[in-house]
Amino acid sequence: MKEIHDSASGETQPRVDFPPYRSSLYRHPTKSMHHADPETIELWSPAFGHRDVHTLESDLTIQGQGEPLGERIVVRGRILDGDGRPVRNQLVEIWQANASGRYVHKRDQHPAPLDPNFTGVGRTITGDDGSYEFTTIKPAPYPWKNHHNAWRPAHIHFSLFGTDFTQRMITQMYFPGDPLFSLDPIYQSITDQKARDRLVATYDHNVSTHEWNTGYYWDIVLSGSNRTWMEGDTDAH
Amino acid sequence: MRIDQNQLDAARSGEEGLVPTPGQTIGPFFGYADGYEQVHLPFRDGNHLVNPARPDAVRLTGTVYDGNGDPIPDAMLEIWQADAEGNIPQETGSLVRDGWTFTGWGRATVDNVGTYTFSTVNPGPTEEGKAAFIHLVVFARGLLNKLHTRIYLPEDTEALEKDALLSSVDADRRGTLIAERQADGSLLFDVHLQGEKETVFLQFPGIEYPDHA
Repeated sequence: MKEIHDSASGETQPRVDFPPYRSSLYRHPTKSMHHADPETIELWSPAFGHRDVHTLESDLTIQGQGEPLGERIVVRGRILDGDGRPVRNQLVEIWQANASGRYVHKRDQHPAPLDPNFTGVGRTITGDDGSYEFTTIKPAPYPWKNHHNAWRPAHIHFSLFGTDFTQRMITQMYFPGDPLFSLDPIYQSITDQKARDRLVATYDHNVSTHEWNTGYYWDIVLSGSNRTWMEGDTDAH
Repeated sequence: MRIDQNQLDAARSGEEGLVPTPGQTIGPFFGYADGYEQVHLPFRDGNHLVNPARPDAVRLTGTVYDGNGDPIPDAMLEIWQADAEGNIPQETGSLVRDGWTFTGWGRATVDNVGTYTFSTVNPGPTEEGKAAFIHLVVFARGLLNKLHTRIYLPEDTEALEKDALLSSVDADRRGTLIAERQADGSLLFDVHLQGEKETVFLQFPGIEYPDHA
């Protein structure tokens, strides 16, 4: 991975062709991406609201009959576009492994315990300032079969919508100081250190609360909106 | 990472935009197997933009293939489209499947043999004379960032001929962007992530794909 990194710098997105991530080999386009100017439908996004999502769905610790096991955390931040505008009233979805590094998924056969009180999925709608907040459990690293002794750093998957559909994205949030960063080809597929840092949340003692949870803060920036913004538009969406 | 006030001020005054957060693969575990249908990717009936029993319902289906020509079992596809009259839906409730509201947005996962299916309507052209299309986004395990493409309807050949995007694509690859109409009225659109039949994927302003620079 080091050789690839040394030959590249300033790239802000992952390489889709990244040989150390074995599964990418036959799943990345080999031909040039075709430049397109967004048109009509592409300049808008699906619209979500509180009809879609109940406010309690952002708390992943209350889905079972009892408290899930693990370190209770709150993750808070803002969704912004490239011009610094808040992405308001849009859907944010997360999914993650539990405190033992196990997903509720039939294909996850890692022999770590499932937690009957934790599904690892949640969603919310951003506020007027683009803010979001989830209460959850800190996920653990888990093994995967990419290479010998391969372990994914602890992470939470985030799914995001912008104001144009061209801003649609899925990414992963990581935790500061993870010793597995340098060994993980998915994280390292972003060749530039500054760009990789954008995926790492900050421990935030102001988000921690007394005798209840530790706190993390993570802002997410979508690409710039391609739509011409009209007066009042910022309140409309 | 936290965006501080100085960065925000600079971005808002147009001095220096914020750099987008990198995308990452959706991974293998985005769909849940046992009973949490209401809160997960995908959500229940996410692939039904309209009820399949509706007289004007159209089946949009296809298979996602890798570079070996093998179907892949762990991709998620989303479509976003105008309604039959060419109107762009703006109503909230895009997750709701009440059988009446057309919100224009759908999400489907492929099955074990790589096949996806949406129930939708033929989109109308959003402007007169324009070619009608459905926007498609592809996510998959092994795919490190999302891919965008378009699914054009095959019928309006005059509009397709005049379409700015299609005209800018090499003639031998143009067909990868146009669905095939089947005898039963359904639309067939396969996605080839790689290989000879590789789908044309689109890069919109603002997001780079570094190894394709």
